[in-house]
Amino acid sequence: MSEGTIVRPGAAVGRKPRGRVAAELHRLRRSSLHRRRTLTAFLFMLPALVVLAVFMFWPMVHALRISFTDYNVFQATWVGLANYQKLIEDPAFHNALGNTLIYSAITTPLSVGLALAFALLLNRKIRGRDFFRASIFLPVITSLAIAAIAWRFLVNPDIGLLPYWLDKIGMETRGLAHPTWAMIWVIVVGVWKNVGFYTVMYLAGLQSIPREMYEAAAVDGAKPWTRFRTMTWPLLMNTTMFVFVIACIAALQTFDQIFVMTNGGPFFQTETLVMMIYRLGFQEFQMGYASAVSWVLVLMVFLLSFVQIKFFNKRQVQY
Amino acid sequence: MAIAARRAPEVAARPDVVMRLLRVSTYLVLAFVAFVVLLPFIWTLLTSFKLEEDIVKFPPELFPRSFTLEHYTDIWSRVPFARLFLNTVIFAGGVTIISLIFDSMTAYALARLDFPGRNVLFLLVLVTMMLPFQVTLIPLFALLSDLGWVNTHQGLIVPRATNAFGIFFLRQFFLSIPRDLESAARVDGASEFRIYRQIVLPLAVPALLTLGLFHFMYNWNDLLWPLIVTTETEMQTLPAGLALFMGEHVVEYGLLMAGSILALLPMVLMFLMIQRRFVEGIATTGFK
Repeated sequence: MSEGTIVRPGAAVGRKPRGRVAAELHRLRRSSLHRRRTLTAFLFMLPALVVLAVFMFWPMVHALRISFTDYNVFQATWVGLANYQKLIEDPAFHNALGNTLIYSAITTPLSVGLALAFALLLNRKIRGRDFFRASIFLPVITSLAIAAIAWRFLVNPDIGLLPYWLDKIGMETRGLAHPTWAMIWVIVVGVWKNVGFYTVMYLAGLQSIPREMYEAAAVDGAKPWTRFRTMTWPLLMNTTMFVFVIACIAALQTFDQIFVMTNGGPFFQTETLVMMIYRLGFQEFQMGYASAVSWVLVLMVFLLSFVQIKFFNKRQVQY
Repeated sequence: MAIAARRAPEVAARPDVVMRLLRVSTYLVLAFVAFVVLLPFIWTLLTSFKLEEDIVKFPPELFPRSFTLEHYTDIWSRVPFARLFLNTVIFAGGVTIISLIFDSMTAYALARLDFPGRNVLFLLVLVTMMLPFQVTLIPLFALLSDLGWVNTHQGLIVPRATNAFGIFFLRQFFLSIPRDLESAARVDGASEFRIYRQIVLPLAVPALLTLGLFHFMYNWNDLLWPLIVTTETEMQTLPAGLALFMGEHVVEYGLLMAGSILALLPMVLMFLMIQRRFVEGIATTGFK
C-alpha cells in the first residue's frame, strides 16, 4: 500500500509515452549488445572449449563408462561394477596402490624437508649462491626419462659409480634387481628431480618474511633454532602446506623414472598406479579394468587438488 | 657504560668464530649437495666421450681415460636421431604456439568480457586443473586410433592445444592489466579482437613468455604422452625414443649418453640463458 503511493522519479519518466519508447529501444539495444558480447566471448573461447571438450571432458566421462565394461579394443560388454569389485580383491592392485602410497609417503616429506633445508642455506648472503641455486634447480627443467637413463647406469652394482663409492665408505647397496633397493633408488631419483622446485618455492616464501623481524629477534638474543621455531617455521606454514600438497600430487602420479629404471619390477615391487594403468591399458589391453584403476587415481588426486586450490587462492591474495 | 664498552668486543668475538665455522660448513654442505645433484649430468657428459670398453670396466671411473667423439657421430645413423629431434621440436613447439593462442583468447574472454555462464566456465577450468590427465589416456588412444591420428604430429599436438593451467594463469594476469586503454579503444569502436590483439597481448608479453617456456619445457621433457601416441620410432620424441632404445640396446652406453646430452642440451642452454624467468615464474605460480 505505502509502496504504491511513493512516486519514483524513474517510474514517472517511464509513464511518458516518448520516454517509454526510448527506454524500450534502449533495452533492445542493450540486449542485442549483450547478445553480441556473449557471442564474441564464446567465439574467443571456441577453440579452447572444443579442444577441452573433445580431448579432456569426453575422454574423462568415457573412461568412467569404459570402467563398467570389459573393453579390450575389439569389444566392450557392460559388466557393471565387476571391475571395481575386482579392484577390491586384486593383489596386483593392492600392490600398486601400496607401492604408490609408500613411494609418496617417503618421497613427499623427504623432498619437502630437504627443500626447506636447502632454502634456509641458500637464503643467506653467500658467495656462489646463484651457482648452488642453479645446480639444485637443474633437474627440474630437464627430462626425467632421459636423466633416469644415466641414473640407471650410476646405480648399477657392476659398473655404477654410486655403489662403488658408497662401498668405499662402508655402505653396502644393492641394484635395481633387488626389491627393496629398487624402490629406494626410484625414490632417490624422484626426490632428486623435484627438490629444486620446492626449494625455489621455499625461497620465495622466505623472501616474504620481513628482515626487521629477524633483526628484532637478534637484538632480543634469540638463538637460531629458537628463531626458526618461533618465527620462520610458523611464517612459512602456508608455503609448507602448499608445497606439501603439490609434492604429494606429483608423487601419486610418478611414472617416468620407474618406467626407465625398473619398468615396475622386480616382481612388480616398484609398480605404481600409473605404471599399472599403462601395463593394463597399453600392454595387456585390459582397458576396462585399467580405466577403473585410473578412476581411483582421479579420486585420490582430486581430493588433494581440492586442498591445493584452497591454498593456491590464499597465496594469490598475497600478490 | 665503560664496562659495556670493554665487554662488547669479547661478546662479538665469540659469535665471529661460530659464524665462520657455520659459514664453512654451509659451503661444505652446499658443495656436496651440488655435486650429488649434478653428478648424473657430469657423468653423462664425461661418459659420452669415453670409449665403450672404458665405460663398462671395473672399478668405474668418473673421468675419461680415453677421448672419442664417435658416439656423437654414430648416434645420427644408429638411431634416427635427427628425426627424433625434429619430432620433439615440432611437438613441443607446436603445442607451445597453439596453446598460447588458444589459452590467451579464452583467458581474455574470462577476464574481460561479461557474459552469462562466465563463472561456471571458470570453475570448469579450475576443476580441469585438478584432474590427472592419465585418466584420459585410454579413451584418447581409442579416439586417436579412430581418427587415424596415432603416429602423427597432429595426434601428439592437438589434444594438448589448450591447457587449463595456461587459461587460469593468463586470466589472472589479464585481470591485473589496467582497463583504461581498452576503454578508450572501445569508445573509439575497436572490435574486441583488435583490443585483444593490439592492446592486451602486447602488454602480456612477459606472462606469455613465461607460460610459453613452461609449455615448451613440459612437452619437450614429457614421456608418457608421446609413448602412447607414437608406436613407430620414426614418430617418437627424444625421451620416449631414447628410453625405448635403451630397452633394446642396453649395452651401448656411450651412444645413449651422447644422445642424452644432445637431448638435454636445448633445455639446459635455455635455462642458463633465462634462468631468472624460469625461477621467478615457478616461484610465483607453483607450476611445473
